[in-house]
Amino acid sequence: MKELILLKCGELALKGLNRRSFEEVLMKNCRRRLETLGSFKIRSAQSTIYVEPESEEIDIDEAVDRLSRVFGVAALTRAAIVEKDFEKIRAAAPGYLRYALEGARTFKVEAKRSDKTFPMKSPEICMEMGAALLEAYPRLTVDVHHPDVTVYVEIREVAAYLHTDQLHGAGGLPVGTSGRAMLLISGGIDSPVAGWMMAKRGLEVMAVHFVSPPYTSEFALEKVRTLCKKMSAWCGRVRLAVVPFTEIQEAIRDNCPEDIFTVVMRRMMMKIAARIARENGCGALITGESLAQVASQTLDALACTDVASDLPVLRPVIGMDKDEIVRIANKIDTFETSILPYEDCCTVFTPRHPKTKPRLGYVLEAESRLDAEAMLACATENTRMETIG
Amino acid sequence: MEEKTAYLDNAATTRACPAAVEAAARMMRDCFGNPSSLHAMGLASAREMAAAREAVAALLGCQAECVTFTSGGSEANNLAVFGGAAARARRGKKLVTTAAEHSSVSEAMRRLESEGWEVAYVKPGPDGKLDAGAFADAVDERTALVSMMLVNNETGAIFPVAEAAKRIRRKNPETLIHCDGVQAFGKLPLRVSRMEVDLMSVSGHKICGPKGSGALYIRRGVRVLPQICGGGQERGLRSGTENLPAIAGFGAACAALNGKVPENFARAEALRDRLREQLSEMSGVRLISPADGSPYIVNFSVPGYRSETMLHFLESRGVFVSSGSACSKGAKSPVLLSMGLPAPVVDGALRASFIYGTSEEELDMLVSALREGIARVAHK
Repeated sequence: MKELILLKCGELALKGLNRRSFEEVLMKNCRRRLETLGSFKIRSAQSTIYVEPESEEIDIDEAVDRLSRVFGVAALTRAAIVEKDFEKIRAAAPGYLRYALEGARTFKVEAKRSDKTFPMKSPEICMEMGAALLEAYPRLTVDVHHPDVTVYVEIREVAAYLHTDQLHGAGGLPVGTSGRAMLLISGGIDSPVAGWMMAKRGLEVMAVHFVSPPYTSEFALEKVRTLCKKMSAWCGRVRLAVVPFTEIQEAIRDNCPEDIFTVVMRRMMMKIAARIARENGCGALITGESLAQVASQTLDALACTDVASDLPVLRPVIGMDKDEIVRIANKIDTFETSILPYEDCCTVFTPRHPKTKPRLGYVLEAESRLDAEAMLACATENTRMETIG
Repeated sequence: MEEKTAYLDNAATTRACPAAVEAAARMMRDCFGNPSSLHAMGLASAREMAAAREAVAALLGCQAECVTFTSGGSEANNLAVFGGAAARARRGKKLVTTAAEHSSVSEAMRRLESEGWEVAYVKPGPDGKLDAGAFADAVDERTALVSMMLVNNETGAIFPVAEAAKRIRRKNPETLIHCDGVQAFGKLPLRVSRMEVDLMSVSGHKICGPKGSGALYIRRGVRVLPQICGGGQERGLRSGTENLPAIAGFGAACAALNGKVPENFARAEALRDRLREQLSEMSGVRLISPADGSPYIVNFSVPGYRSETMLHFLESRGVFVSSGSACSKGAKSPVLLSMGLPAPVVDGALRASFIYGTSEEELDMLVSALREGIARVAHK
C-alpha cells in the first residue's frame, strides 16, 4: 500500500497574503530535513502539505519522526493513499488499520470530503466504513465520544487518504520566516533552550561560542558542537562562530575590579556577538539569561550588559525557573549533554563575591581601562566559522 | 612539518611498538582463523596464541599455562576480585584492599560490599607509601581475598606486595592474594612466581602493545570462577573468541621487552631523578611521588593552579600530561586524598609518565612549558 505523510500547518493559515511564501519556506525546510533519507515529492494544497516518498525503501517512521521536529507543522500523520472509489477504500481499511484497531476496544470514523464531487456524503462514508470495520473486527464497538481510535477518511482532490489519530507537530513558525538571530551558547542548560524557543518563532539561529584555552578545554567546544547538532534536529543547519577569548579574559582580570569581572566579560561577549551578528545578517541576539539565576543575571547586571549591544537582545527564558528550562532541555535532548562537566574549568576567573547590583558608570569606568576596541577587533578577526547539522 | 611534541602520559596509554603493530596487522590480514577451528587455519592461529602466551609468561616470570588472556587490565582485575572472591566465599566474606587502588578494583570491591561482603580499605601514608604490616594486620581468618597494587598509577609509589604476601600467608594460608600489576609489568624487574601472589593483572597497552589486550596470571592450582560464560575458551576462564590481533600484538610487545627491563629501568631512573631535581628547584612546585617509587611516574603539584588549566596550557606547548586523575569529573583524586594531602595540592596535581623511548629533550619541554605556565596562567 502506498503511503504518504500529511502535515497540517496550523498558525500559517492565519498569515493572510503571506501564506504562500510561508508554505514555500516550510516545504523547503521539510525537504532539507529529509534529504539524507531519500527522495520525496512535497507539495501543498488547502493548508496541508503532502510528503510522498518516491521509493518503497524509505523509512517512513523515521521521516515522521524528523518532520515532527519541523517548526510550522501543527500536526502530522502517516496515511494510506487510496483511489477515490469507496469500494477500494473500504477494501483497504481493515488491513491498513490493523495495527491500530487490534489493540483498541472502541473506535469511531470521521470523514472529510473536500472533493464535493465525491458521490457519498460524509455521514454516509462514516456509516459504511464503520460497518465494514465492525465486520472485520467483531470485538470492536463504536464510541463517538471517547473512542480509543479515530479512523479518518479524507476525500481530497487527487486521492483519498486513510489514517488514524494524528501526532502533535512542533508548532510555531517555519524557521527562517522571522529572520535570523545570533545565539550566545555557553554549553550550559539554558542557551540551547533559548535558541530552540526562538527558532520555534521562525528565527534562523546562528550561534557564537567563546573559547578560552587553556582555561577551557577542547572537550568544552566539542560539547557545544554536540549541542548545536542536537538543536539542528529542530532548527535546521546551525552556523557556529568560535571566538578566541583568552586574552580578553586575562586583560579584564588584570585591569578591572574582581567583583564586576563577569559583568565586564558579558559586555565584551555581547559586543563581539553583535559584530559577528551584523556581519552575518542577524537582526537580534539571543541569550539563555533567566532573571536573577546568577549574579550576572540580576536586573542591574542585565541593564549593564543590555546596552553593550546595539541589536535587540531576546531572552526567551528570562521568566522561567530552572525546572521549566530543564523540562524543555529534556524534550529537545540537550540536557544530558549540557550537564557534562567541562565548563567549570573557567571558574578560575569567577569572582568570589560578585556584585549583584553593578552600576553602569562603575562598569564603564573599569572597562575604559581596557583597550577594548583592539581586543574586540582581534577576537572578531580570529573567529572561525563552522557549519553543523 | 609536524611540530615537536612531548607525550608524557604513558601511564594512561602508550603508542604501540612497530612489532606489535605488525603482529596485530598480520593476524587481521593473514592469520585470521579461529583458534578453536579444527582445520589448518585454526591451528595456525592456535600456534600464534601459544607463542603470545609464552612471550607474556616470559616477561611475567611464570609458566605459560598460568596466563589467561583478557580484554585488558580492568577485566583481569574484575576476574580476580569477583572470580576469586566467589571461589573462596565459603571461607568467610571479608576482603582487604588499599584505599589507593585503580577503580577497576575499588569499584568491584564496592559492588561486593553492596552484596554483603565486608571490605577493609588500608590507607597509604602522606608519602604515598603503604605499610606491609598494617595491611597484613587487617587480614583475619575470615578473609577470602586481598587485593593490593604493585605500582600506584597516580603516584608511582611501590607497594610492598611480596612482604605483605608473606605475612598474609603466615596469618591465613587460605586467603587468595591478588596484585594489580598493570603499572609494574614490563617496567619493574619482576618474577611473579617468586612473589607468593596467587593472581596478578597485567595490561598490554601500557607497555606499547594494543589496547584491548591484557592477562591475569593465575598461580597453578588456584581456582577462580569465570565471569564470562560461553564457549569455554581460555580453559573455561574467559569465554569468547580470542582477540588474536590484540593478543599477538601483546605478545610481540612483551617479546620486544624481554631481557631489557633492567636496562630500561635504569634509564627511566636517570630521567626521573633529573626531572625531580629540576622540579624541586622550581618555586611553587611540590613533588608528590616518593623518590623511591616507579621511575616511570612523576606526580607533582603546582598548588593554586588548577591542574586542568595547567594541563591545557602545557598541551598548547606540545606537552601532554595527565591531571593526576584529579578533577576529570569535578571530583578530586581519591588516591591523593587518601594520602591526606591539602586540597590545593590535590587540585594542582599533574602526572608525567614515561616510557622506553622518553627523552631528556621531552622532559626539558615539560619543564620550560611549566615555567612559562606558572608565569602566565591565572591562579588563585
